[in-house]
Amino acid sequence: MTKYFIKRFLQLVVVAFIISVLVFLLVHLLPGDPSVTILGPNDTAHNRAILFKQLGLNKPLLQQYTTWLNAVFHGNLGQSYLNHESVTHIVATGAPIDIELIVISQVIAFAVAIPLALITSRRPNRAFDNVSTTTTFGLLALPPFVIAPIMVAVFAVSLHWFPATGYVPLTQDPATNLHDMILPSLAITAGSIAVYYRLLRSDLISTLQEDFITMARSKGLSNRRIMLRHAFRPSTFSLLAAAGVNIGALLAGTFIVEYLFALSGLGYSLVQAVQQRDYLVVQGISLVVAIAYVVLQFIIDFLFTVVDPRVVRE
Amino acid sequence: MIGRRGPQNGKRALEFPDVGESDEPLLVVENLHTSFRTGRGTVHAVDGVSLTVAAGTTLGIVGESGSGKTVLARSIMGLLPVRDVIKSGTVHFAGHDLTAMEPDQLREIWGAELSMIFQDPMTALNPVKRIGIQITESLRLHLDMDRKEADATAVELLRSVGIPSPEQRVRWYPFQLSGGMRQRVMIAIALACAPRLIMADEPTTGLDVTVQAQILDLLGKLQRERHMAVILVTHDLGVVADRADEIVVMYAGRVVERAPTRTLFAETHMPYTRALMESIPRLADPSGTRLQAIPGRPPDLIHPPKGCRFAPRCAFAQDKCRESDPPLRTAGSPDHLFACWFPLVHGTSTAPSASASASAAGDTTIDPGPVVQSP
Ligand SMILES: Nc1ncnc2c1ncn2[C@@H]1O[C@H](COP(=O)(O)OP(=O)(O)OP(=O)(O)O)[C@@H](O)[C@H]1O
Ligand code: SF4
Ligand SMILES: [Mg+2]
Repeated sequence: MTKYFIKRFLQLVVVAFIISVLVFLLVHLLPGDPSVTILGPNDTAHNRAILFKQLGLNKPLLQQYTTWLNAVFHGNLGQSYLNHESVTHIVATGAPIDIELIVISQVIAFAVAIPLALITSRRPNRAFDNVSTTTTFGLLALPPFVIAPIMVAVFAVSLHWFPATGYVPLTQDPATNLHDMILPSLAITAGSIAVYYRLLRSDLISTLQEDFITMARSKGLSNRRIMLRHAFRPSTFSLLAAAGVNIGALLAGTFIVEYLFALSGLGYSLVQAVQQRDYLVVQGISLVVAIAYVVLQFIIDFLFTVVDPRVVRE
Repeated sequence: MIGRRGPQNGKRALEFPDVGESDEPLLVVENLHTSFRTGRGTVHAVDGVSLTVAAGTTLGIVGESGSGKTVLARSIMGLLPVRDVIKSGTVHFAGHDLTAMEPDQLREIWGAELSMIFQDPMTALNPVKRIGIQITESLRLHLDMDRKEADATAVELLRSVGIPSPEQRVRWYPFQLSGGMRQRVMIAIALACAPRLIMADEPTTGLDVTVQAQILDLLGKLQRERHMAVILVTHDLGVVADRADEIVVMYAGRVVERAPTRTLFAETHMPYTRALMESIPRLADPSGTRLQAIPGRPPDLIHPPKGCRFAPRCAFAQDKCRESDPPLRTAGSPDHLFACWFPLVHGTSTAPSASASASAAGDTTIDPGPVVQSP
């Protein structure tokens, strides 16, 4: 067990290192003078000189990398050359929005998908199952950029239950913050519910065919105990794998919702930076998102060992 | 501690008269039918089976693959799904009609009074649960034990089925154990609440021959110690030859011969039973070999043939056999039932042209001696 984790952790460190190199090279491998890449062709020679000095562009590449990495370790991700905003600040204000969107949407997704799958898989193809399965199929066909405007129109504009746009940090006013975040989270959660529900349902249905379920029944256990204690855990592999991919995709993939609800999360800032060719911002956010992705997969791998003790062996 | 019955003030709603209080056999199955509705038609998997098991005895159920043994065992327990299954007939267990019971009442009996050992210990244990919990959950459910008591009992149970250092093994997962050890765990689970009847559905089929004998001997020993009845399901007559008190031979969902073990071997009436005897694997055979000694295949259970279902494969079949169905009947001894128009008598067919067929089929005397599997 411990050996397994040490091994996984070393892998994590190696992958993080490779990511840092790639992200670093992002700016430096683009053809042409990096200062032109970063500042654009029309900037002044004065600004160019400042940039050269700050980034040490005249130094060898390896030294530039170590300087950059050292700064990163000290919490300095560089700064935007469009508005001189510190990338660390962009991340610090943006990340909580992404994290909150992901946490709320995923908690809702699991809270809906798991009980629904547990109920319908016991009696597949009955009325309730058919309704649930068809509904979630419909949800799959509704991506966030379709759902979000509809929800804004219904719940914000017509019913005035929620604000259409706006953001107050959680630390400042938790109640308002949660209230503001509900619509954007719901826009994201629909697809997750559909994916999680369908995977878990089909895995549960096949688990319920297993001998060990008949065995559990032959012990006289209640249906509830059989579903929760015997069938659920062995049916969560696909769910877990899908959650890893899905949450990973949401790390910077919430930008459409952030755009629609005017939230300046990481995803939105990243897309904006790419559009404006603000490469140092792109570099900083990419690094954070990529590392977060790797850590997420590490956590998912760990959960696999919790779900199935056989995983550690292999 | 093991073998102790439920609490005296018990929450058990059903009353179970103690063995010996009643003259009734422990299990009485009458005219049981089980069919499956499928896309191709209705599969008549169990077709009018009757049998009895007395307390503390062993009944062997023998038949080829597909003859309906598993469906019969699960129908008796009431474990089959309700959907697309048509069932009729009655199953009386310790005086209760299981077929008339609500699911909640059945759950009180399952695992407590009537438990099951499955064919494949690789798939019948939950792969992600420690074996200890798989034992203690029925103890806690049926015997109201607290965690400590149940844990201690689980260790004792593992010890009694011959698992070394059970204190450590309770915390193991099934994948950490060999096939034979897993089957011992299954036996421990089945035994946990000291049931009166254990349904063992091919409990050793996947195991190699030496382990097979060890497991069956263990089951027999525990059965005698605890005065449990066992239904031992197998496709191998050799397995039940020296372990069962009575044997039921199944073919295409029906009982075709039923007799006390000694009688069955000494005075085989059904040609199918004899064919099964000839296909008993010898110890010398490599493990896992399935003998294809009986030519032909079992009939289609959706459209069974008219007349005797064994006729297409029977060396002694006559026109009459293909015309009408032989009833299950007795001749001579009242506890020996068979379904055949021309039963073998002293190994020779009573069919009119039997002398020709019989000599064509080779030797006609049965000698159960050498084919009985040694322990
Ligand atoms: N759920 C089901 N739906 C349809 N047919 C079924 C079902 N379960 C079993 N059968 C059929 O019932 C017949 C008897 O099957 P069963 O499993 O009882 O045979 P068996 O004697 O236990 O064979 P084996 O030695 O292979 O275990 C087979 O023809 C099988 O195809
Ligand atoms: S009834 Fe006829 S076909 Fe059937 S087993 Fe007897 S002799 Fe063979
Ligand atoms: Mg079977």
